[in-house]
Amino acid sequence: MIRTTPFHPRLSELSTTGLWSHWAGYLSAQKYDMSAKHEYFGIRNSAGFFDSSPLYKYWVRGRDAERFLAGVLARDVRTCRPGRAQYTIWCDDAGFLLEDGVVFRYSENEFMLTAAEPNLGYLRDLVGRLDVEVVDVSQEYGVLAVQGPRSREILARLSPDVAALPYFGHTQTKVGAASVTVSRTGFTGDLGYEILVPAADALPVLDAVIEAGTPYGMRPFGEQALLMARIEAGLLLVDVDFSSSRYAWTDHDRVTPVELGLRWMLRGIDDPERPFVGRTALRAEIAGGTSRWATVGIVVDWQDWDRVWTRAGLVPPKDETPLDYESMLYDADGGRVGYATSFMYSPVLQRHIGIARVRPDHGAVGSTVGLEVTVNHQYETVAAQVARLPLFNPERKTA
Amino acid sequence: MSPTTAAKSREYDAIVIGGGHNGLVNAAYLAKAGLSVLVVERRHLVGGAAITEELHPGFQFTTFSYALSLLRPDIIHELDLVRHGFMPILMPSSFAPMENGDYLLLGPDRDENLKEIMRHSAHDADAMDRYEHDVERVCQLVKPLFDRVPPNLFGKSPEDLADIAWLRSHLGDAPPKVLHDAVRMLTGSAADFLDDYFESDILKGYMASSGIIGTKVGPMSQGSGLVLLYHSLGEHDGQFGAWAFHKGGNGGFTQVLARAAQAFGVEILLESEVDHVVTREGRAVGVVLGDGTELSSRTVVSAVDPRRTFLELVEPRELPTDLVENINRFRFQGTSAKVNFALDGAPRYPALGDRTDQYRGFTNIGPSMEYLERAFDDAKYGWYSQRPYLDCAVQSMVDPDMAPPGKHVMSCFVQYAPYHLRGSDWDTEREKFGDTVQATLESFFPGFGDLVLHREVVTPLDIERVVGLSEGNIFAGEFFAPQMYFFRPAPGWSQYRTPIDGYYQCGSGTHPGGCVMGAPGKLASGQILADLRKD
Repeated sequence: MIRTTPFHPRLSELSTTGLWSHWAGYLSAQKYDMSAKHEYFGIRNSAGFFDSSPLYKYWVRGRDAERFLAGVLARDVRTCRPGRAQYTIWCDDAGFLLEDGVVFRYSENEFMLTAAEPNLGYLRDLVGRLDVEVVDVSQEYGVLAVQGPRSREILARLSPDVAALPYFGHTQTKVGAASVTVSRTGFTGDLGYEILVPAADALPVLDAVIEAGTPYGMRPFGEQALLMARIEAGLLLVDVDFSSSRYAWTDHDRVTPVELGLRWMLRGIDDPERPFVGRTALRAEIAGGTSRWATVGIVVDWQDWDRVWTRAGLVPPKDETPLDYESMLYDADGGRVGYATSFMYSPVLQRHIGIARVRPDHGAVGSTVGLEVTVNHQYETVAAQVARLPLFNPERKTA
Repeated sequence: MSPTTAAKSREYDAIVIGGGHNGLVNAAYLAKAGLSVLVVERRHLVGGAAITEELHPGFQFTTFSYALSLLRPDIIHELDLVRHGFMPILMPSSFAPMENGDYLLLGPDRDENLKEIMRHSAHDADAMDRYEHDVERVCQLVKPLFDRVPPNLFGKSPEDLADIAWLRSHLGDAPPKVLHDAVRMLTGSAADFLDDYFESDILKGYMASSGIIGTKVGPMSQGSGLVLLYHSLGEHDGQFGAWAFHKGGNGGFTQVLARAAQAFGVEILLESEVDHVVTREGRAVGVVLGDGTELSSRTVVSAVDPRRTFLELVEPRELPTDLVENINRFRFQGTSAKVNFALDGAPRYPALGDRTDQYRGFTNIGPSMEYLERAFDDAKYGWYSQRPYLDCAVQSMVDPDMAPPGKHVMSCFVQYAPYHLRGSDWDTEREKFGDTVQATLESFFPGFGDLVLHREVVTPLDIERVVGLSEGNIFAGEFFAPQMYFFRPAPGWSQYRTPIDGYYQCGSGTHPGGCVMGAPGKLASGQILADLRKD
């Protein structure tokens, strides 16, 4: 029997579509009304809320918690102060990515790690003799993301502490009678927050958020709108932009952090005081320049796009629904240079955009690649420019 | 560079008269090509009829123009508008209340819409699909005409003949049905066209409303088909007929345009009226401002309407007589008004209980073609409609920047309100007219009056006085076939030039016409730059 999240009783009342996905064993709204695009406009113009509860959540606690995580995670968690959070990754010993998540540091010895997939066994196996406990609390909390330019104003009405939160900061506060953690995090690339709330208090907190947000035009949004926003934001999605090395059959389906554009996470990798899983392989990759790919943004030449479709007697499609397949990329001579792992029409940017993996020699910002599209059942190539991620990066996100 | 009230120089490569959206677009393209450009705007803000004003504390009003649809997509990219904040918020729904308390509510999902239409007529459900496909094919045919300078029918140069040949081949390549549908729309009535598809009053009323907007025709008048086609031709994100509210209203959009123009180097001069264009030996050499300041420029572009362009900014005695005659009989006869409200909350529609999501797009008070035609009857005889047609937009439903939390602005476009009233005048009738509109709203939304915090009535006379559009015509001249394409604004002068060398026109009185389209501004800039290259 599929499970429901602590917010579900209210969310099911708000859903006019009855369209739910299964996410990590839970019902998750695809969209609350018939147009995901308008839920997306809610995120970009006022605010929206999204139920992120199905994420796995682990307490990592104990005297050696920092040392433990510093050895598991590729990004140096020692630089994360209490009250701050980090987007992070963990790799296998070959330097291939296993997964990404967010780690929240509550105190010197207390962290919470979120992940899309179960990792308890993996984490516990790496504890060894360290004084640290890893506890799966996935079901004990609901997570409500409140995202969009008005999110700060809305949440500050419930909890004034929120107003001062810096990007990737978090605070323990109250919403009504409930004790919650509010973090300035999210998956939309906009100004936004996430509320971690004990399951028993989830509904009153959700109701309070709805009451505070409704006058601002806040609305619920589902997975479809989230997946549009995250491509614009250049946020990578497991099983779309990368696969976990653990479950890959061949190295074609594996990717290193450097290849995924996450080299910035490896700052301090040469520090001998911090051995971590995959470090040796990653240092060798960096030193040898052996990366197979660069991960970049692509922005389609609008004139070329229109020309190809109009010439075929068709109205050029501008569909914000992300493609669920890869699109091949070519150089000027028709040679394959990579592929777009995510692709959509961005209403905010008014362009077709994508997240792509290209050969490193084709990764220079401003260079041109040819994107393969199917027009009237024929392959056509349209020009696209390589661009820096994220493609949409409003000041308000971090301001 | 921010707008100023004193010109920084006495000499420019080009001076654009009027800072409406077409003036700004034109100036931006000229500056992008390397010209030094000055835009001279009479008011304290740019935007012309596309402005947003805080007329009541905390409430942002789109005083005149209130939505976007026909803006040419190439302008968005070529002027880099996204970088300057271009943000259209597409409308998810259209709401059409009925006099019996029922309604038609169309949303973003085709299948749900068909079910909603079937509530009113099972026959009309598949008719809707056929209608939309047929109209989209006409749009696909007509669209290239919007993005090109009209051919000069009277020219004999190789370029003119090539333009005419292009038009002939473009139309000749169209399937006969598509070309015939195009002619039926361009010359016939919206009612005749819609009657071929639909039977239900509410659907026909809703669709036919697009055939009267801004124009002194009823849905049964020949010519309303052309207006219907225009309002289907807009596009957002590749969808024909899609409409959007720009973030911050249409004034938000023209501010984006102004920033883009300034980024290309355009200088904007506010609170300065051009008194006249200076000509010497049949050539424009500059302008004189209202305070007597003379600015010189070898290119002067009028972004104001044809009457002002030809009869007020220059001496009609210096123009060919037939042009003067044509402009004198060019039809303006504005028939549209606005009543804008600041509301304490969203209106309540009894059949939908406490729902408010129906207001995220247009709310169309035009429940049948007969309702619209009867509203037109009043205007035919020189009076405003006693039961007017209303196109309402509660922009604050999707853009919280427009009103304080929980409050709303409601823009109501009203027809018919003829510029010339028989036996009275608009200064006398303004508030009575506002009462008529409010009474109509009250009849559909009981309790509406209790929500009203502030009301702003904008008559055709106000549009003329404030914006400068002659007789308050929102399109800078009627959308009548004899005033369109190669006849806009006059035969022989549809290619943005004028009989005065160096003096150009780029306002909505030129092809392809009004609506926040930008095409006249862009197409005119192409002509100007081509002429400069020849010189």
